[in-house]
Amino acid sequence: MQTNRPYTASRGMSDYQLKMAFIMPTMILLILMNIFPLLWSLYLSFHRYKASMPAAPRFIGVRNYSRLLADPEIWGYFQTTAYFVVLAVAAQFFIGFGLALLLNRDFRYKGFVTTLLLLPMMLSPVVVGLFWRFILSSDNAGLLNFFLSPFLKSPIGWTTNPKVAMLAVVIVDTWMWSPFMMLIALAGLSAVPKSLYEAADVDRASAWFKFRWITLPLVSPLLLIALLFRTMDAFKMFDIVYVLTREGGPGTVTETVSMNLYKLAFRNYNTGKACAMAYILLIIIVALSNIYVKYLNRVKGEA
Amino acid sequence: MRSVHISLVLVVILTLAFVSATKADNHDRSLTIVWAEWDPANYLQELSKDFTAETGIAVDVIQIPWPSFQDKVFTAFVGKSDLYDIVIGDSQWLGRNSQGENYINLTDWINENIDVDSIYGPAMTAFAEYPKGSGTYWALPAEVDAAGYVYRKDLFENPDEMKAFQEKYGYALAPPKTYDQLRDIAEFFTRPEQDLYGIATWYSKEYDGITMGFQQVMWSFGGAYGDAENYKVDGYINTEDVAKALEFYTDLLKFSPPDAPNYYWAETLNAYTSGKVAMAMNYFAFFPGVVNPETNPTSHDKSGFFIAPAGPKGHYISIGGQGMSVSSYSKNKDLAKQYMKWFMQKPVQEKWAALGGFTPHKEVLQSDTFKMASPFNEAFAASFPYLRDFWAVPEYAELLETCQTNWSEAISGIKSAKDALNAIARKHEEIFEDAGYYDE
Repeated sequence: MQTNRPYTASRGMSDYQLKMAFIMPTMILLILMNIFPLLWSLYLSFHRYKASMPAAPRFIGVRNYSRLLADPEIWGYFQTTAYFVVLAVAAQFFIGFGLALLLNRDFRYKGFVTTLLLLPMMLSPVVVGLFWRFILSSDNAGLLNFFLSPFLKSPIGWTTNPKVAMLAVVIVDTWMWSPFMMLIALAGLSAVPKSLYEAADVDRASAWFKFRWITLPLVSPLLLIALLFRTMDAFKMFDIVYVLTREGGPGTVTETVSMNLYKLAFRNYNTGKACAMAYILLIIIVALSNIYVKYLNRVKGEA
Repeated sequence: MRSVHISLVLVVILTLAFVSATKADNHDRSLTIVWAEWDPANYLQELSKDFTAETGIAVDVIQIPWPSFQDKVFTAFVGKSDLYDIVIGDSQWLGRNSQGENYINLTDWINENIDVDSIYGPAMTAFAEYPKGSGTYWALPAEVDAAGYVYRKDLFENPDEMKAFQEKYGYALAPPKTYDQLRDIAEFFTRPEQDLYGIATWYSKEYDGITMGFQQVMWSFGGAYGDAENYKVDGYINTEDVAKALEFYTDLLKFSPPDAPNYYWAETLNAYTSGKVAMAMNYFAFFPGVVNPETNPTSHDKSGFFIAPAGPKGHYISIGGQGMSVSSYSKNKDLAKQYMKWFMQKPVQEKWAALGGFTPHKEVLQSDTFKMASPFNEAFAASFPYLRDFWAVPEYAELLETCQTNWSEAISGIKSAKDALNAIARKHEEIFEDAGYYDE
């Protein structure tokens, strides 16, 4: 004879226990993979410690932080990173949004063209860095210099000339990530109600007026989210620099904070100092994100 | 029927247990060697077949691409991984891995089991001993290498070129013996309109690229990294001699292909095999690719080799190669020692040399058989008396990083030679001070 007892009761588990059973694996993973390393690295950032040496961590207070913040070289890496973030994110914003505006209409093969444009951001950054290394080579094999050769006296040292090396990194990052900006902007554009444009047409509004007072206000919350993601990501730039400009060369012209952090942590195994630097980077990214989020909320309110 | 089922289950369980036991047993009787991805590692895998045939112990030589070689091995050490039994690592690693307890101390074992006198002395010092001169060993030399040069014989021996060179410089065109001659020859063959340049050498900021390329020029011009006794750097690395050496090395860029500031092993080799340069520097271990018709169809039979030239104040050459150490985290330490003992035997070293390995065995190295084994072995053997190394202290990576950055800035025109050298001196002394070298 069949009984209609609740499923959980038949296993002797209350609703609370069942909920916990579902949540605990995720919680345990989160604690092990995120929370513990975060706290452990915070602990290490106040210690003199090298992971490659047997000596135990020695407490030195805020010395790691004070030395890092007083080191002009470190500020140089932050400047390089900021320079890169501003150039790359701005370029990606204008190109990505421009492409989205061009794609926001019906034409033949629209889906195919959109997919093609999205391809760069689906590639691994290391692969992108590697093949751009060949494209930007200043020897004859370099594709870009080959195409530019009729206009140049001598090939451009894209990755060897300190004056243009950063531009090379920006070009590659923009090539890779403009599609991301385009995708988000396109999603925003397609969500703008057609009726607003129709009403504007009735009022004989100019194209600029429609863009300034309809398109931009309605798309800007999504654009700000895209900008937030790209800024955070660009601030962590590592892989393209590692491969394309050979660890941030020439000199330190393209050496970003993350590149230097990698060397500090995994070449020099200066673990305590590297943890302190990671925290400084984290604080800067959180502060930047907060500014964006506040601005985003304001824009949302206005919209 | 039920008993049949039980019997079947038992058979399956027993079979599985047997298979896992066999696997475990095989695991115990196998050795894993980690090395960088290059030809010598292939030779070692080939050589190790003899060891397997003799002992039944399987040997797997894991190869890691050069750019990530150090990072991967060191990360495994930090995780105390037993993935590798034998590590064939750079000479600079000795300090860090001995003091970091990642290598086992082999002093007693080597003194009891290895004929140290049969090994070339400077190789033992460079690849096995830390601190230098202490008689404490952490490795055995596996592959001894040196930076050397390959040149285009078809250009150097062309009568028209020889005549033109003689007229321009007043002496005969031949492999250079001094850095001044090297510069002249590099200048002579620099013809961008023909896509031909004089020289390809190491300027890359990757790993130890520009440091290994420049340091031999620095030493030969009278410079030094510092005083190995008291670790003082100021007044050694930032002298007028070193500034002149750095300016000289930067000047050579004028006679190099446009992408030369990015050049390291692979790029210099490619520049040479593609016929872009008249001379190229590289470690001798990479030269098999130069004389191989498959990898160098244009000049494999037109290539000559010479040792790195002398400078105005001496003759020094960057040491290459690696030593063989036992990982502290290996579960097969005895097997690893057994392998190393086998490897150092003279007949094995002869075969190692015949396969293309650069033997540290004194007799084998000095034998005519070795010198005749390849077109570049003679120049390699001649380089031996001049070999020198970078700092091998535990802080070598930080010291190296400072050199890489500042020298890269100097050759790119971001800093003057003098400023770059002063920055290195200041930073190196800071690193030594932090590490407590000046405490006493």
